[in-house]
Amino acid sequence: MTAEQIIFFLTAALILISALMVVTTRNLVHAALWLIATLFGAAVLFATLEASFLAVVQIVVYIGAISILFIFAVMLTRRNLLDKVSQTNAGWPWAAGIAIAAFAGLVFLAGQMHNAGAQKGEVFGDPLMALSTALVSPDAYVLAFEVASIMLLAALVGAVYIANRK
Amino acid sequence: MVPLSWYIFLSAALFSIGLYGVLARKNAIAILLGVELMLNAANINLVSFWRYGNTALMGGQVFSIIVFAVAAAEVAVGLALVIAIYRTRKTVVADELDLMKW
Amino acid sequence: MTTELLIWLLPLPPLLAFFLIVLFTNKNKALSHSIAVGAALLSFAGSMVVFFRAVAIDHFGEGDKVFNSFITWLPTGDTFLKIGVLIDPLSAVTLFFVAWTVLMIFIYSVGYHNFGQPEGDHDHKGLPPHGATVTDEHGHSHTVLSVEPMYSRFFAFIGLFAFGMYTLVVSDNLLTMFVGWEIMGLCSYLLIGFWFAKPSARAAAIKAFMTTRVGDVFMLLGIVFLYSATGTLSFREIFTADVLAKLAATPTAIFGLSASGLIAILLFIGTVGKSAQWPLHIWLPDAMEGPTPVSAMIHAATMVSAGVYAVLRMFPLLTAGWDHHGLTPEMTVVALIGTFTAIFAATIALAQNDIKKVLAYSTISQLGFMIAALGMGAYIAAAFHLVTHAFFKALLFLGSGSVIHGMEHGVLHTGNHKVDPQDMMNMGGLRKKMPVTFWTFLIGGFALSGFPFITAGFWSKDEILADAFAHGHWAILATLSVAALMTAFYTMRQITLTFFGEARTKEAEHAHETPWTMTLPLVFLAFFAVTYGWGGIPEKFPVIGGIIPNWFHDFVGATLLEHPKAVEFSGIPLAISVVVALGGLGLGWLVYRGVKAGQPDPLQKPLGPIYTLLQNKWYFDEFYAFFVVKPVIWFSEVFTSQWMDKGVIDGILHFIGKTPIWIGDFLRNKFDKPVINEFFGDGTAAVFQKFGHELRYTQTGRIQSYLIASASFLIVLVAVLAYYFFLA
Repeated sequence: MTAEQIIFFLTAALILISALMVVTTRNLVHAALWLIATLFGAAVLFATLEASFLAVVQIVVYIGAISILFIFAVMLTRRNLLDKVSQTNAGWPWAAGIAIAAFAGLVFLAGQMHNAGAQKGEVFGDPLMALSTALVSPDAYVLAFEVASIMLLAALVGAVYIANRK
Repeated sequence: MVPLSWYIFLSAALFSIGLYGVLARKNAIAILLGVELMLNAANINLVSFWRYGNTALMGGQVFSIIVFAVAAAEVAVGLALVIAIYRTRKTVVADELDLMKW
Repeated sequence: MTTELLIWLLPLPPLLAFFLIVLFTNKNKALSHSIAVGAALLSFAGSMVVFFRAVAIDHFGEGDKVFNSFITWLPTGDTFLKIGVLIDPLSAVTLFFVAWTVLMIFIYSVGYHNFGQPEGDHDHKGLPPHGATVTDEHGHSHTVLSVEPMYSRFFAFIGLFAFGMYTLVVSDNLLTMFVGWEIMGLCSYLLIGFWFAKPSARAAAIKAFMTTRVGDVFMLLGIVFLYSATGTLSFREIFTADVLAKLAATPTAIFGLSASGLIAILLFIGTVGKSAQWPLHIWLPDAMEGPTPVSAMIHAATMVSAGVYAVLRMFPLLTAGWDHHGLTPEMTVVALIGTFTAIFAATIALAQNDIKKVLAYSTISQLGFMIAALGMGAYIAAAFHLVTHAFFKALLFLGSGSVIHGMEHGVLHTGNHKVDPQDMMNMGGLRKKMPVTFWTFLIGGFALSGFPFITAGFWSKDEILADAFAHGHWAILATLSVAALMTAFYTMRQITLTFFGEARTKEAEHAHETPWTMTLPLVFLAFFAVTYGWGGIPEKFPVIGGIIPNWFHDFVGATLLEHPKAVEFSGIPLAISVVVALGGLGLGWLVYRGVKAGQPDPLQKPLGPIYTLLQNKWYFDEFYAFFVVKPVIWFSEVFTSQWMDKGVIDGILHFIGKTPIWIGDFLRNKFDKPVINEFFGDGTAAVFQKFGHELRYTQTGRIQSYLIASASFLIVLVAVLAYYFFLA
C-alpha cells in the first residue's frame, strides 16, 4: 500500500461517509455541514490529482458560497421544520433500489472500459497556465466560458427575481 | 499506485448516494443537497479522467469549471425557488408540492 | 281569288270564331253571336261561290275537272303523304246543304237561346234557363223566357263544330276527313252535354262519345289498312281503276273478304257509329238532351250526314269488284244493316211521346234508308236522299225547337213546372197559336213522309224504292216500304198531336209564336224542302220526266269513274211510294185527331205488350247495360283496378318497399348498434376510460415519484442496451 493509495482511501472514506450522512441525517443544518465535509474531501482529491486550481475553486465556490447559501436557505425555511420527523418520503425503498442499480450499472459500464486500469501519466507543462489559456483562447474554450458567464448572469437575475418579495 | 478504476468507483458511489438523496428526501433543500453530491461526483470523474488521460488536453478541466458554474447557478435558482414557494405555500416538503396531480 | 284557295279558306271562319269567342268575347253576348253568325255567313258565301262555280263547269267531276289542291305534308321515306282540298260533284252538293243548314242553325240559335231576354231569376251555368220575373209598369209581374247563361260558349262550340264539318267536306284525303270526323265527335260531346249540370245530359254526352268511338276505332283500322295496302290516303289516288282492281283482287284472311271489301266494311263501321245505325244507334235518342239547335245540327244537317257522306265517298271501294249482278258480301252487309235499322227505328218512333225523340228515331230510320240504298249500289238515290233529308230534318228539328219554346212560354206563364214542354201529349191546337211554325213543320213532315210530287222527300225516297225494285231486291223493297208507311204514320201522329185539335193543357193554350230569328230559318229550309226535289226528277218519269233534266243525277253521277245509269222507270215503285205516303198520313190523322187531354195513346190498347216494347226501345239500352257495360265496368273496377293494379303491382311495390326497410332494420339493430356502436365505439371508450381511471393515479404531482419512475426506466433501458452491446 503506497502512500498515495492510503491518502486516496482516507479521502474516499471521508467523501462517502460524509455523503451518506448528508442524505440520511434528519437535521438539515447538519446535512449542510456534512455536505461541506464532502466537498472538502473532493477538494483534497482534486489536489492529489494535480488540479490545484480546481481544488481551490472547489473550496472557495462550493464550500464558501454554495454551502453558505444552503445554510441561509435552511434558516429562511426553518419554521416548518421539525427535527424529529423522518426525513425520507414514502418511496425511499425505490430510491434505494435505483441508487444501487445505478451504482451497479455504472460499475459494470466502467468494467467494460478497456483502459480502466490505467495509471497516471505525466503532467505536461503547467496545468494552471494551460487551463487559463484554454479558458480564454479563441481556439479553445472561450465560447463555453463566455456562455457559462452569461448563464451565471441569467441565474443571478432569475434568482433575484424569483426570490424577490413583491 | 491508484488505478483509474478506483476513482471511477468512487464517483459512481458518490453519484448513487446523491441519487438516493434526490429521490428519497422529503425536504426540497435536502433534494438540492443530493443534486450537489451528484454534480461533485461528475466533477471528480472528469478531473480523474483528465489526469489519467492526456494532461495536455484541457478539456477535462474546462468542463469541470463549467460544471462548477452550472452547479452554482442551479443552486442559486433552486434555492430562490424554494424560498419563493415557502413564502406562498408555507412548506418545503416536496410531497406537499403536488398541484399538478390528477 | 282562285277557287282552290277559297276552298282552303272555307273551314276557317268558324274556327276563328271559336277562338275569338273563347279567348276574348265570352262576356259579350251580342259580339259573340255576331262573330259566330258572321263566320257562318262568310263560309256560306264562300261555299255558294264554290258551288256555283262548280255547277258552271260542263261535265264537272270527270277526269281533271275538279277543284283539287294539295300540299306535300308528311315526308315518309321516298314519298310524301299529301293532304289537301277537293271539290268534286259529291262534295259540291254536300257543301251546298251544309252551308245552308249551318247558317240557318246559327241564326236560329240566336233566338233559341233567348237573346235579348232578361237574365233568369236563378239561372245557373250548366242548367237550362228557367225564366225571369219581369214587372211591368202596372206592377204586374209575370215570368218570361230568360237568356241562356252560357250563351257565348254555345256559339263557340257550334263554330268549332262547323269547322269540323267543313273540314270533312272539303278534304281530299281520309286523314283530314277523319280529323273533321273526330272534331265533330268532340263537339257533339261538348254540345250534348252543354247543360252539364244535368246528370242526364252528362250521361248522354258520354254515351254519344263512347258509342261513336267504338265505330271510330274500326274506321281507323280501315284507314290504316288502306294506307298500308295502297301507300296513300288521297281519294284521287285511291279511286283509280288500277288501285281499285288491285284491292278487289287481294284476298284477306277475314271472312273471305277482299281487301277492298274489308276496308269498306271497317270504314262502314265508323259510319254505323256516327250515323247511329243498328247496333250503335243507342246514342242518338239520348243526344236529345242537348239544346235543339244542336239536335238539328248534329242529327240532321251535319254529323249523321257525315257518316253517310263517308260511305258515299268510299262507294268505289265498297263496289270494287261488283259486277252489277247480285251484291258482293260487303254490299250485302251494308244493305242489311241499313234496311234493318230503317224498320227497327221506325217501329220505336211509333211509341215515343217526346217530340224530339220521334224525330231522333226518324233520323235513324231515314239514315237506314240511305245506307240501304248504298248497299244496293244506288249511289245517286242515296246522295239525293242525304241532301233532301238534311233540309227537311233540320227544318223539323228547328220547328220542334220552336214548338218547345212556345210550350215553355206557356209553362212559365202558368208556373206549373211539372208539365214537360216536350211531351206531345201536353200539346194540341198549336196551329192557331204558332202559324209559321205550323206551316213549315207541316211542309217538313210531308217531305219526310214523301208526300207525292211537291215535296223533296218524295222524289228521293221514290228513287230508292225504284232502285230496289229495278234490281230485284224484293226483301229490301218490302221492308223499306213498310218503314216508309210507318214513317208517314208517326209523322202525321206527331203533327196531329202537336198542332191539330184542341190544346190539351193550359200551357199549350198560352203558347205563342217565336221571334223572327227562329222562324226565318224555318221558312228558308221549307223552301228547300219543297223545291230541291225538283232538281232530281228522273228523266223517264211520265209527264214531267223530261221537262227539267235530272240535274242531280247528271251532276253527282260524274263523281264516280263510271257514270251510273238511270234506272228503268216502273210504275210499281211509284205506286208503292204514293200509297205508302198518303196512306200513312191519312191513317195517322184518323187515329190521333180525337185525342183528348189525359187520354192514353190510342195505339196502346191494340198493340198491348208490343207497345211497351216499342216505347222502351226494344230494351236495347238495358241489353247493352247488362251485357256490355257491366262486364267492362267489372273488368276495369275489379279486375284491373283492384286485382291487377292494387293487388299485383302495388303488392310488388310494397314488397320492394318493405324489403329494404326490413334489411335496414336488421342491419341497424342486429349489427350496427351492438357491434359497431356498443362494442367498437362505446367499448373502446369504456376501455380507455377504465384505463384512464386506473392510470391517473400515476400523476401524483410529486416530482420525486416522477424522477423515480423515469430513473427506473432509464436503468432498465440502459441495462437492455448494455446487454445487447456488450454481452450479446
